[in-house]
Amino acid sequence: MSDRKLRVMVAKPGLDGHDRGARVLARCFRDAGYEVIYTGCHQTPEQIVSAAVQEDVDLLGLSCLSGAHRYLYPAVTKLLKDKGADDIMVIGGGIIPEQDFQLLYDAGLKAIFVPGATLDTIVTWINTNVKPRA
Amino acid sequence: MEITKKIQGGDIRAASRLIRNLEDRMPEAKLTIKHLFPLTGRAHVIGITGSPGAGKSTLTDGLIDCFRKKGKTVGVLAVDPTSPFTGGAILGDRIRMQRHAEDPGVFVRSLATRGALGGLAKAVGDAIHVMDVLGEDIIIVETVGTGQQEVDIINHSHTVLVVLVPGMGDEIQAIKAGILEIADIFVVNKADREGSSKLSRELMAMLDMAPPSAFQGGWRPSIMKVENAFQPESFNKALDDICNKIEEHYKHLVDKDLIGSRMRRKATVELNEAIRATILEPVLLKLLGSGRMEELIEKVMKKEIDPYTAAEDIAKRNLEGCL
Repeated sequence: MSDRKLRVMVAKPGLDGHDRGARVLARCFRDAGYEVIYTGCHQTPEQIVSAAVQEDVDLLGLSCLSGAHRYLYPAVTKLLKDKGADDIMVIGGGIIPEQDFQLLYDAGLKAIFVPGATLDTIVTWINTNVKPRA
Repeated sequence: MEITKKIQGGDIRAASRLIRNLEDRMPEAKLTIKHLFPLTGRAHVIGITGSPGAGKSTLTDGLIDCFRKKGKTVGVLAVDPTSPFTGGAILGDRIRMQRHAEDPGVFVRSLATRGALGGLAKAVGDAIHVMDVLGEDIIIVETVGTGQQEVDIINHSHTVLVVLVPGMGDEIQAIKAGILEIADIFVVNKADREGSSKLSRELMAMLDMAPPSAFQGGWRPSIMKVENAFQPESFNKALDDICNKIEEHYKHLVDKDLIGSRMRRKATVELNEAIRATILEPVLLKLLGSGRMEELIEKVMKKEIDPYTAAEDIAKRNLEGCL
C-alpha cells in the first residue's frame, strides 16, 4: 500500500528578508496536500541545494524580491546540476521584470510567477507539471 | 545490493531517497531495509521531545554544533505534524539548523507525521536505520511538539531529553503520568524567564518522590537549565554541559549493561509494526477493495452484527493458517 506524496521546498536565496510571500506559498502548498520544507530567509545557493538534496524534494520554489534573481536563481540550478540533482524541478517568483524571463528559463527554471499570479494558478501548474517520483 | 553499498559509502542522495520510499511505503524500500538491518546498531540515538515552541529545534541546532566540535557526524530526523484535513504539512524545523547545511558531516531530514499519534512518523524507526548505516555517529530525533502522552520516542532512543519551559501549570502536572516519566535528561529551556526556578524545584520534588526502581541502573534524570539563545556565551556553555551529560548517560547505559534493555523496546515495537503491516493491512485492503468493509460497517451500524463477531468472521476467512 504505497502513498506517494509531493515534497516541495520553498527557499529564499540572498539578502532579502521579505518572506511574507514565501510563507503564504508554504501555507498554500500545505493546503494543497504537499509536504513543504521551508528553510527561512537569507540562504546561500549552496545551503538551498544541500537542503533540497537532503530532503529529496520533487520541486524547489525560489522567492526573491531584491532584484538579485539574475544571479541567484542560475547559481542554484547550476549547483543542482553539479550535484547530479537537476531532476529536482525549479520554479521562481518575485519581482522579476519580463526581460529577465528568458535568462531564467535558459538557466533551467520551469516556470516564473510574478505579482498578480494567483495561488490557484500556481497550484494548478504544479499539479499538472510535477509528478512525485515514480 | 547496489543501494546498500551506496548508503554504506555515505551517499546522502541515496539515503534521502530511501527514507522517502520508506515514508511512501514503496515495496522495494522494504526489501532494502532487510539488507540494511543487520548492519545497524552502531549509532547513539538521542530523542528530543517537548511542547510546541519549547525550543527543541534550537537546542538540536546547538547540539549538532557541540557534537561536530567533538568530531562526530550527526544525523537529524525532525518530525512536524501532518494536516488531518489536507494531508499536507509544513516542515519548518530545519530553519533553525540551516547554518549546518553545507557541512558534509551533518544530514538533516524532515518528516511529516502522516497520521501517527505517538509524536513521531511511522518511518522514523527505519529512517534511523538508514542514518545508522550511512555512518552517522549521533542521530538526533526531534519529535513533533508533544503534550502529555506522546511517548513513542522512548522506543527508538538511547537517551531521551524532555524540554520544558516555565509556565506549564501547577504542581499536580509534575506528578502526572506520561511524558515526564520518560526523560533521562530534563532541559529547563528559556530559563531566564519568570518561573524557571519554580519549574526546576517541581521537577526535583517529582524526582525525589519517585521510587528508586524508577531510575534505571541508578540514573537519576538530570535537570539542566538553558537561558536565552541570543546570548551565545552562556547558551553555548549550557549546550556543552548538556552534550557532556548525554555522553555520560550513554556511558552509563554501556557500563550498566542497559543498552540491551533499551534496544529490546525498539525490537518489540519493530516486530509488532511489521506483523501489523504484513498480516493486518493486506486483509484490510482486501476488505476495502471488495466493498465488504462498507457492507460490514452498514451492518454494524444497523446492529445486525456486532463488531467482534464480524472481526472473528474475517479472521476465520483470512487467517486460518495463522490461528
